[in-house]
Amino acid sequence: MSLQTDLMVMLPELILAVGAMALLLTGAIAGEKSAPLVSWGAIALLALAGAATVMGPAHATAFHDAFIADGFSRFAKLLILGGAAFSILLADEFFSKINLSRFELPVLMLLATLGMLLMVSASNFLSLYMGLELQSLALYVLAAFNRDHLRSTEAGLKYFVLGALSSGMMLYGISLIYGFTGSTAFSAIASVTAHGAGLGVIFGIVFLIAGLAFKVSAVPFHMWTPDVYEGAPTPVTAYFATAAKVAALCLFLRAILTPFPDLIHQWRQIIVFISVLSMALGAIAALGQKNIKRLMAYSSIGHMGYALLGLAAGTTLGVRGVLIYLAIYVATNLGVFACIQAMRRGGKSVEGISDLAGLARTDLKLAVLFSMLFLSLAGLPPLAGFFAKFYVFLAAIQAGLVIPAVLGVLASAIGLVYYLKLVKVMFFDEPADALDGETRFGSRAIMVLSGAVALLFIFAASPVLNAADAAARSLIP
Amino acid sequence: MSLPLLSLVTFVPLLGAAAILALPAPSSARWIALVTTIVTFALSLMVWAGFDPANPGFQLVEKHDWLGGGISYHMGVDGISMLFVVLTAGLMPFCIAASWESIETRVAEYMIAFLVLETMMIGVFCALDLVLFYVLFEGGLIPMFLIIGVWGGKRRVYASFKFFLYTFVGSVLMLLAIMSMYWYSGTTDIAQLLDGTHFPPAMQTWLWLAFFASFAVKMPMWPVHTWLPDAHVEAPTAGSVILAGILLKMGGYGFLRFSLPMFPSATEMFAPLVFTMSIVAIIYTSLVALAQEDMKKLIAYSSVAHMGFVTMGIFTLTHQGVEGGIFQMLSHGVVSGALFLCVGVVYDRMHTREIAAYGGLVNRMPLYAACFMIFTLANVGLPGTSGFIGEFLTMLGAYLHNSWLAIFSATGVILSAAYALFLYRRIIFGALVKPSLQAIEDLTAREIVILAPLVVITILMGVYPKPVLDVTTPSVAKLISDNKAALVADKVHKVALVQKAAVQ
Repeated sequence: MSLQTDLMVMLPELILAVGAMALLLTGAIAGEKSAPLVSWGAIALLALAGAATVMGPAHATAFHDAFIADGFSRFAKLLILGGAAFSILLADEFFSKINLSRFELPVLMLLATLGMLLMVSASNFLSLYMGLELQSLALYVLAAFNRDHLRSTEAGLKYFVLGALSSGMMLYGISLIYGFTGSTAFSAIASVTAHGAGLGVIFGIVFLIAGLAFKVSAVPFHMWTPDVYEGAPTPVTAYFATAAKVAALCLFLRAILTPFPDLIHQWRQIIVFISVLSMALGAIAALGQKNIKRLMAYSSIGHMGYALLGLAAGTTLGVRGVLIYLAIYVATNLGVFACIQAMRRGGKSVEGISDLAGLARTDLKLAVLFSMLFLSLAGLPPLAGFFAKFYVFLAAIQAGLVIPAVLGVLASAIGLVYYLKLVKVMFFDEPADALDGETRFGSRAIMVLSGAVALLFIFAASPVLNAADAAARSLIP
Repeated sequence: MSLPLLSLVTFVPLLGAAAILALPAPSSARWIALVTTIVTFALSLMVWAGFDPANPGFQLVEKHDWLGGGISYHMGVDGISMLFVVLTAGLMPFCIAASWESIETRVAEYMIAFLVLETMMIGVFCALDLVLFYVLFEGGLIPMFLIIGVWGGKRRVYASFKFFLYTFVGSVLMLLAIMSMYWYSGTTDIAQLLDGTHFPPAMQTWLWLAFFASFAVKMPMWPVHTWLPDAHVEAPTAGSVILAGILLKMGGYGFLRFSLPMFPSATEMFAPLVFTMSIVAIIYTSLVALAQEDMKKLIAYSSVAHMGFVTMGIFTLTHQGVEGGIFQMLSHGVVSGALFLCVGVVYDRMHTREIAAYGGLVNRMPLYAACFMIFTLANVGLPGTSGFIGEFLTMLGAYLHNSWLAIFSATGVILSAAYALFLYRRIIFGALVKPSLQAIEDLTAREIVILAPLVVITILMGVYPKPVLDVTTPSVAKLISDNKAALVADKVHKVALVQKAAVQ
């Protein structure tokens, strides 16, 4: 295969890579005032990459099978690109309000997004690691972007140290797998492990899963999440919660399901374990939170637990469930963070849950939207979040994971308490001082879109279900 | 008929809610809500008119693709569910009218919550797909949560959380059961599951328990009834009417629709448990009701006791018992709703529900005393009122099944007379000595318009129950015969297994 065809397969990634460089130069030459221009340029690039993804080949590999573009990666990439574009939109508004608009931010986000696209298309542990590190390095800087802010720099440092540790563990796992199977290519590993594997490979898988669990913030590797979510600037947190989670989880799926389909009985126990723990901890630890971003961090830990249940099923249906889950999760979370970003009083951001008291009296529309999104996250029908959980649990039941499913729904009942508490604060409590309530068109659009998805998914579920089904079939035929 | 009548009846309230969203002024919100609920009621009467009582199967069926993979938008009613649709649609205009003046804050939101709730409740009774059923069953929790929490009394936050969490925990287990049924049979279509699918007895046990967890809480059965008194006391009047009148009926409906026909062996196995719980509910909660100081709480406990009759009747699996259970639910829907409205009448004047704050109302409020009397007697189950037919039939069924069951439940009838008449005496009779009551006014025209139709229905159902029973009889007969046949099949299956084991 010629270099040219190889490059065509990864056209979306090329667009982002070249575009990010061009925007970096633009920013460097034009100076700080170019930040809005760079932001919109970045959004345009993401849209372009999205178009290239849609029009790209249905199934193609490049660079000796190190890179694969298939239905699965297409679904994941569109979610990542969407999450990134909307996060940049939020960031533009956020940083211009605190007079910290800098052109580096969209460029860093583009680079991180590029890493994510490589992650979900990797079909070799080496290309996987390359994408992962490109993403991680950009994310470390992003977390500390509000550099005059103690919390933000703390978040960046913490994320970096723990992230590096987890990357190290993962590399160690990969080296074990390579040592015992003789390859880093997923397909080659799959054929070697088709008839069972020795202890060395199992050890490798354990380390691999530990590293991956860190990236998706699953218990017991979740400790960084609340601090990073709280410390990072809100739009960056939105980016962590949407695009980064999709990329990490899709990478998780492919890196487990493609090379080790026949070792399911070995890795399933681990996945079930971290999944149940994440659901439980996410629900229980969120109960006592007072800061809304910390609460969202625990909520995301819980949600990753539900999604991992789909992986534990290890079937096409399980993958479909995870993809549906991620699509709804991204749409809902963008809306939630747009609402959080709209929480400003006297020109300053507020993040306490008590700051929302009586919001229904002072700003009914925001309160209704906020509550709807939270109840959707809680998984209440008829909102979208219910269908996310529904398809994951459906797959888990089919795979015979009844007890984890029962524990999961009980955890969701506990989780419901804190979501209801938020609704209670907004609707039942006496009003606090009114929020500023002025938002720009960009974040209003995100709120409306996200609310529409939460409310109307029930009427138009089929296209998403079919797309997720097709994507899942390309990963597990 | 080409008109999708059931979808209309279900979704017209949602259209009303959208209209209020467009015109949120309090006065227009009230009128839009009232007109919408009356139109819905008219539509539900059209459903009744278009319903063929002789046909025991599902009628007015609508089916469209929804989620794919055997999960569809499937609506239809039979003799068991049809009257609940009418009941729901019929109670709603009363609720809106009862909230006309008593709700002063956030009127538009209140009306929207009620209309959304109506859509969910009617949908529950029409849904012929398990996933659709579940979505509507759970979807009703959110508006009810807001109704209790925003417009409720002092301890509304506690009550609303308790209500939500109790019902939610019960239902999620049902959701998992629905999923296993889906994987066993490949469909969630209720009509298909009723006709063709036969679950193995061991699986039935688990499925039955999961469904029971949901419906027992909703019903509510002792000992998971404790959310109900709290929710009733804190909810605004119309909220209590809906809770007692319709939400509780979803539990009984669920037993009839799912537990009995789909899991016959498990039903037989667990029937003694249900009987025990029902008897405890009848006797124990009646005694608790006797000791209450709060009017709404007393009626709430009496609801639990009455629902005990329903579960007892349903699980006897006799024709009389099941039909009595359905009738009792319909009658209780009207009567308890009316009783809560009566409490609302004096609450709006005095702003207290404490029984001790009243006394001698008959002197200033003769009309009110008369209405309250009729509903109290219907609650007791006096012959000539709707309450009698249901209680009588369920006890008849219980007697056919096991005479001790009937004897225990009969003590409940006596106790219900005790607490209901005791309540009536303390509020209505005696001398009007309390200074605060000296100027209390009798029913206003609006209140008469609300209560009079309910009086008529209560007596009509008691004197001439035939139209109701005509509708339910064929479907109940089919339910019981199907259940018996499935039970025999299960036994044959079991014997065959034993023989097979013996041969080997």
